[in-house]
Amino acid sequence: MTTLILRDLVKEFGTTRVVHGVSLDVTPGEFIVLVGPSGCGKSTTLRMIAGLEEVTAGTIEIGGRVVNDLEPKDRDIAMVFQNYAIYPHLTVRQNIGFGLYTARLPRAEKARRIEEAAAVLGMTAYLERKPAALSGGQRQRVAIGRAMVRDPAVFLFDEPLSNLDAQLRTQMRLEIKKLHARLANTIVYVTHDQVEAMTLADRIVIMKDGRIQQVGSPAEVYHAPANTFVATFIGAPAMNLLAGTAGGGRVRLDIGAEIAVDTTAEGPVRLGIRPEDLRPAAPGAAPLRGRVSVAEPLGPGTLLHVDLGGAEVIATGPGRGAPEPGQEVGLLADPAALHLFDAATGAAIR
Amino acid sequence: MTAPATDAPRAAAEALLRSPGPVRRRVAAGPAVRWLVLFAGGVAMVAPLAYMLSTSLKYPFEVYNLNLIPEEPTLDNYRDVLSDRRFGWWFFNSLLVATLTTVSNLFWDSLVGYTLAKFRFRFRQVVFIAILSTLMIPTEMLVIPWYLMSQQFGWLNTHWGIMFPGLMTAFGVFLMRQFFQTVPDDFLEAARIDGLNEFQIWWRVAMPLVRPALAALAIFVFLGNWTAFIWPLIVTNDQHMYTLPVGLTTFSVEQSVQWELIMTGAAVSVLPTLVVFLVFQRFIIRGVVMAGLKG
Ligand SMILES: Nc1ncnc2c1ncn2[C@@H]1O[C@H](COP(=O)(O)OP(=O)(O)OP(=O)(O)O)[C@@H](O)[C@H]1O
Ligand SMILES: [Mg+2]
Repeated sequence: MTTLILRDLVKEFGTTRVVHGVSLDVTPGEFIVLVGPSGCGKSTTLRMIAGLEEVTAGTIEIGGRVVNDLEPKDRDIAMVFQNYAIYPHLTVRQNIGFGLYTARLPRAEKARRIEEAAAVLGMTAYLERKPAALSGGQRQRVAIGRAMVRDPAVFLFDEPLSNLDAQLRTQMRLEIKKLHARLANTIVYVTHDQVEAMTLADRIVIMKDGRIQQVGSPAEVYHAPANTFVATFIGAPAMNLLAGTAGGGRVRLDIGAEIAVDTTAEGPVRLGIRPEDLRPAAPGAAPLRGRVSVAEPLGPGTLLHVDLGGAEVIATGPGRGAPEPGQEVGLLADPAALHLFDAATGAAIR
Repeated sequence: MTAPATDAPRAAAEALLRSPGPVRRRVAAGPAVRWLVLFAGGVAMVAPLAYMLSTSLKYPFEVYNLNLIPEEPTLDNYRDVLSDRRFGWWFFNSLLVATLTTVSNLFWDSLVGYTLAKFRFRFRQVVFIAILSTLMIPTEMLVIPWYLMSQQFGWLNTHWGIMFPGLMTAFGVFLMRQFFQTVPDDFLEAARIDGLNEFQIWWRVAMPLVRPALAALAIFVFLGNWTAFIWPLIVTNDQHMYTLPVGLTTFSVEQSVQWELIMTGAAVSVLPTLVVFLVFQRFIIRGVVMAGLKG
């Protein structure tokens, strides 16, 4: 089975280093999502795997071969681009067939593969159309079909859904997931949308400034973030972080309150509480007290922006009968759902 | 850019239309003025062509009457011109030179333009500016070196001699470079991943995407060479090798200017330019439709 292995991958443009030693082992059939803010080096990493960008240092291994010096076409990969890269002057059939341009296959075999890909993608009826007569979602399917006919060891996707409107994006996301379940190819998928990352990935790779911050399953990165960056990047609205000092199984927050935490840590820390783990309670009984500044009803719940006097946090109230803006509330956190981070390094304290 | 400029008057016009009376007439004057200006422009464009056709249908005695409809229309001039063997040579020379030059420009200008637009290499900018700067040298200044060169190499009175200065043009390179810059890199990289070599990427992917520019360039180059006068006049002195514009002037160097023959020759020589324009114009219009596709 084919694996993809990145070892200490470095990329410099001139003298600027944009990827600082990325290492990753991808197991066969795995759906890997690279996620991170704009400019963090996701595309550059993907393009190095594709062979569109030269590697400054480190190695890329696909199926047991180091491919650093191979042409893209010899790497056993296929790539789907953000703006589809399907050609307006060719029909859907010809566009999908472009993926087999250099394949030494009999004509009939090529036709069979094209039709098979079209069938899987529900595009059979459109094979003779030009892209101008297709919707955005259909164009993206053509681009995926073009990659599929190559039958590559690794599929690479660079933000394939970001040109689609929100509804279509949700639908295509599901289709890509189904497609992966069916084809079981290895996929490396780049996005800056953390929801896309969470829903699609077997494992998420979170990057920042050209460095991997954490690699883990969606549940791991969500429930056990490695540092404050991951904690705030994954999950919306972002995790609340409150500065304080740990000692004796408690954290004394800078805003005055004290919260019991199951830890032996000492010294300056940041206490992380996800909005959904922070609930309104009677002001007297709760460790945190503040005034609601904004209430955002979402239907099933209500997001409460609460001013704690020196810090603002987001808590989740009930969908019906949530506290009103201006109201004094207490906030109660689930003790099992508290996160502690080192104040200086931002690293999680476990 | 133009939308606000035209919408504002229209909005104003609509507002005015709703109010009664004298204001209304002022509004109607706007389109009328525009129409008149366009009409005048149209007449200015068509009039020379109309006189060319009209004169070609006249007998010599009527040429200096400026009536548009000949009193005694005749096809004699056409018979004379078309039966003149020389006219056939000139037409052939012009067609050959203009066609080969056009094909050469389409190929080389777009190959160089593509390289300048899509590849990074040392001195790329310098090369580009050097090519552009040749645009600033007028033909009149180049004619003498071209002539000396042709003399040295024995290119006088040859088709190659007529063509060689125009086989690649800085303008064409510049035009194609600008268009290739608008082709998204993703289109080319996707082809690279599919295994096309760089030449195939240019030919199979990039060229079809800039068809409208190629069509425009084809029209420019063909018309430019079809009507070229100074250089063909200088490099040829054998009547066999004249191009049409040069040949037509021989109708005027004998005792008198034979306008009716010149006009007939010109009328016949317009035909290929119309064909070229009609053929390539289709691509330009299709190209505009395709440009709306992006995304
Ligand atoms: N050809 C290049 N020359 C110089 N710098 C580049 C080049 N390509 C990318 N960079 C820089 O490398 C960094 C990483 O870029 P990259 O495209 O990988 O980001 P990204 O994570 O994909 O971001 P986005 O979400 O915006 O696509 C950026 O700071 C970018 O400016
Ligand atoms: Mg990117």
